Amino acid sequence: MSSIGTGYDLSASQFSPDGRVFQVEYAAKAVENSGTVIGLRGKDGVVFAVEKLVTSKLYEPGANKRIFHVDEHVGMAVAGLISDARQIVETARSEASNYRSQYGIPVPLKYLNERVSMYMHAYTLYSAVRPYGCSVVMGTWSEYDGPQMYMLDPSGVSFSYFGCAVGKAKQAAKTEIEKLKLADMSVKDLVKEAARIIYLVHDELKDKQFELELSWVCAASRGRHEAVSRAVAAEAEGLARQALADIEDSDEGDM
Amino acid sequence: MAASIINSYSDPSSTEWMNAPHSTGTSIMACEFNGGVVIGADSRTTTGVYIANRVTDKLTKITDNIYCCRSGSAADTQAIADIVTYHLNFHKMELGEEPLVQTAASIFRELCYNYRDSLMAGILVAGWDKRLGGQIYSIPIGGMVSRQAVSIGGSGSSYVYGYVDANFKPNMSKEDAVKFVTNTLTLAMLRDGSSGGVVRLGVITEAGVERSVILGDQLPKFYEG
Repeated sequence: MSSIGTGYDLSASQFSPDGRVFQVEYAAKAVENSGTVIGLRGKDGVVFAVEKLVTSKLYEPGANKRIFHVDEHVGMAVAGLISDARQIVETARSEASNYRSQYGIPVPLKYLNERVSMYMHAYTLYSAVRPYGCSVVMGTWSEYDGPQMYMLDPSGVSFSYFGCAVGKAKQAAKTEIEKLKLADMSVKDLVKEAARIIYLVHDELKDKQFELELSWVCAASRGRHEAVSRAVAAEAEGLARQALADIEDSDEGDM
Repeated sequence: MAASIINSYSDPSSTEWMNAPHSTGTSIMACEFNGGVVIGADSRTTTGVYIANRVTDKLTKITDNIYCCRSGSAADTQAIADIVTYHLNFHKMELGEEPLVQTAASIFRELCYNYRDSLMAGILVAGWDKRLGGQIYSIPIGGMVSRQAVSIGGSGSSYVYGYVDANFKPNMSKEDAVKFVTNTLTLAMLRDGSSGGVVRLGVITEAGVERSVILGDQLPKFYEG
């Protein structure tokens, strides 16, 4: 505690002299170390894609999934500490379920997002707890409201997005997403773009193994959140590998 | 039980009416038409054989576009309607838009079902929302909910099921629906001793609610053998 600005990072309940809450910023750092997660909102649905880093060859394929069902119509993709994220999923699920039993209709995503955001924000206020070390992306589609997507931060801040990325390579992923005409695209095309972006931003040197997780909630799935079918996912993954190979070939050609 | 009722009717010095609860022994109705719903009710509130109020308003506002028709205990149904109104107004602020009729019906259901042993309430929830237009949900004693295109309730309704079945048509005009509800309620009021007074009506559409009343001497005339 010798100089100004130190000693203010021990608790989430204290500001630093220049108005920051360091514990919340450290939580954001925890998210930045995670595999990349992207969410794309097209004209007829929302697509999630996750670069799930596999830290050991001993894991079964498909273990430790990072995309969850919150309710029949809501999907959630998570970045950051998986155990923290699972707790957020649990909270969101019980909110959705309570809403359904009280009001008899599926929870509107706008409302669910507000509830989960408030919950995450509460963990930035007290000295006895630490903030959640995860960011989550939630999405839904309904006949009446169309596609909707939100991303929540450890700080409890959330926004609605057309496209969003979080995790290790969020900058590179965002640059790719910005090139897309999201509002005019269908989920069929978005799945391919999502797979391509995840393959593109994956850093082979630092993280050897990864699994691509894909899910959607769209008109074609009748508003249900579900994993993209194996055939469609395999096609998207094939095209992504091809696109990556083409880039590598042309790089070699330049030299 | 039956004997005590008969005694109380025949003996003018009986104090049965002093202890009996206020009940909206009632005729209520709601009917979908091509632009919304028509709701209606008689206006009699009884305490045993005594008419405690002959100009009751049993059509109770929940939100701008959702009303309920109350039957059963006046105290119970007024309390439930107040609680639901509170919940829905709160929900409206949270959502930032007008609540759905289904949501209103669901909150009524929650209360009517959870407290089914202590409540006497038969409620019709009717209204208009931007998703499904005009809708009616019937919540009888016990707390079941069912959506219906036309629904009747209260003690008077048993006399007019046949009339409703014979005369209801889907997608009526507003004028036809108002006439249909007026006729049904008039017939129910004529046969049912615990219904009577005036007919109160409400027409709920996208634009809101139009309330009206048909006084006793303006009611349609039917055969009174």
